[in-house]
Amino acid sequence: MLLGLTEPTSGRALVAGFDPLRDPLEVKRRVGYLPDQIGFYENMSARDNLAYTARLAGLTRREIDERFAAALNRVGLGHVGSSRVTTYSQGMRQRLGLAEILMKRPSVAVLDEPTTALDPHSTQEFLEMIRGLKADGTAVLLSSHHLDQVQSVCDRVALFNHGRIALSGSVTELAGQVLGGGHVFDVEAHGDNVPELLSAVPGVVRLQALGGERYRVDCQSDLRAEIARRIAPKAELVGIYFAAPSLNEVYARYFAEVRDAVA
Amino acid sequence: MQSHRRGSPWTGLGTVLAKEAADHLSSARMRILEGLVFLTALYSAFSAIRSIRATIGESPFLFLRLLTMEPDPLPFSFIGLLGFLIPLVGIALAFDAINGEFNRRTLSRVLAQPIYRDALLLGKFLAGLLSLTIALVSLWLLVIGLGLLLLGLPPSTEEMIRMLGFLVATIAYGGVWLAIALLFSVLFRAPATAALAALGVWLVFSLFWTFIGQIVTPLVAGPAEGVLGPRIEYINAAEVIDRLSPNTLYAESTQALLQPTTRALGPVLVTLNEARSMLPAPLPVTQSFILIWPQLTGLLAGMIVIFAIAYVFFQRQEIRA
Repeated sequence: MLLGLTEPTSGRALVAGFDPLRDPLEVKRRVGYLPDQIGFYENMSARDNLAYTARLAGLTRREIDERFAAALNRVGLGHVGSSRVTTYSQGMRQRLGLAEILMKRPSVAVLDEPTTALDPHSTQEFLEMIRGLKADGTAVLLSSHHLDQVQSVCDRVALFNHGRIALSGSVTELAGQVLGGGHVFDVEAHGDNVPELLSAVPGVVRLQALGGERYRVDCQSDLRAEIARRIAPKAELVGIYFAAPSLNEVYARYFAEVRDAVA
Repeated sequence: MQSHRRGSPWTGLGTVLAKEAADHLSSARMRILEGLVFLTALYSAFSAIRSIRATIGESPFLFLRLLTMEPDPLPFSFIGLLGFLIPLVGIALAFDAINGEFNRRTLSRVLAQPIYRDALLLGKFLAGLLSLTIALVSLWLLVIGLGLLLLGLPPSTEEMIRMLGFLVATIAYGGVWLAIALLFSVLFRAPATAALAALGVWLVFSLFWTFIGQIVTPLVAGPAEGVLGPRIEYINAAEVIDRLSPNTLYAESTQALLQPTTRALGPVLVTLNEARSMLPAPLPVTQSFILIWPQLTGLLAGMIVIFAIAYVFFQRQEIRA
């Protein structure tokens, strides 16, 4: 919809300051798009495929020559740039799609389930490339059901429910809204009374036993000093560690609450 | 939601056109079709030349006879053969134009670039038309060259003008079939279905149209015969229905252009005295062009209308992969 591939029924959006309905060409000039299963012209080489879309994007022949090798090297396909795409694996095609975005140098990159068809190793490499894209200053809009990947790449997350944004913000903010805390710590301590002691700390909203005398506490603020002050005299405190709130947990809890509300 | 969009709809048209034309001209499909058309058309032209050489001096339009003569043992002339094969070439060039992009998952990637759908669809159509034109011009030049070589006579200026008109009519005729195939490539996601649908239309117009006309005409214009004989309303309706077929428009155009003695297309109502006073002399080339003008514009209009229908359907499609 943001790229004009589908028509909106209502509402309005701005991409890089342009309305996709009124200025679709301006929007498309600034946006790179990578679908979940990208397609290329099989009978053409990687170079010809990318040169075609680059020409459509308005790049000159010189710009194409300059950017092609750099983009392909960055995604690790420099050695097969002149090969036909029909010889490429799915992972290589996804990388080539990313190279297309790199050549275009957009302000915004829309990545739709980019790791769906990739094996775990390729997924990790691909996520690293996305981080590189972010580091270049490109705003990355990543759509995925793999929440661990989303959490590892994205600064802000939006959860959709029935086509509408239900929650949005950083993972910490979402955890604050859904789990009731947002500041999550793993506490390791010896003693039978540790759970009671932790529950009694003002600001602790949730306690979960992880096993092995480790406990995860969700807090409304950074309560590490207070936890240490309360535990240390009555039990043997081994350590307090940061534990990032899990987006999977936020998601599961949010939709469980939605289901309960409906029931 | 409706909104006025900014930017030229032709942005990227040249790039799409160049890529698609290159694809067509280098594809095995196009080479096979060209080979088929060249082989059969040249065989018919060569056979005609052998027959014509025996009768040199009998006709002032030898080169035109080269195209219209039905030489033994062939049951059809050069133009008859082209009328049969050109739709196949047009269909073959466009039946997978849009649905092929869908199936390759390239459509969303291409349309994510700063171009409108207009440029993609028109670029594909023009590339098909350009490829068809290149093939037909080559064939046209080859036949003229063959005529020059084997007849030993150059074509007259009038013959060249008529043959050029024939070339334009053939390209327009091919354009109609290209547009039909493009429309089906937009409507059907499976290329095989699109090809089958286009071939079905071709079969209807090639084999069954006369039969369909015979059924439909009495329904819209009443019986063929009146109290005083054949009814003019019936004849007019039959002619209109017949001319809804691009095959009829093309056949009439080529007949008037390549057989200069053709003085009218369709039924002519004249008195016996008028008929006696009509000379079997050829029409001037300008008069022949006036005669086929409705047919030629009909072919061009048909091509544009069918393309416009494909355009409307394509604009409304969801492109997401």
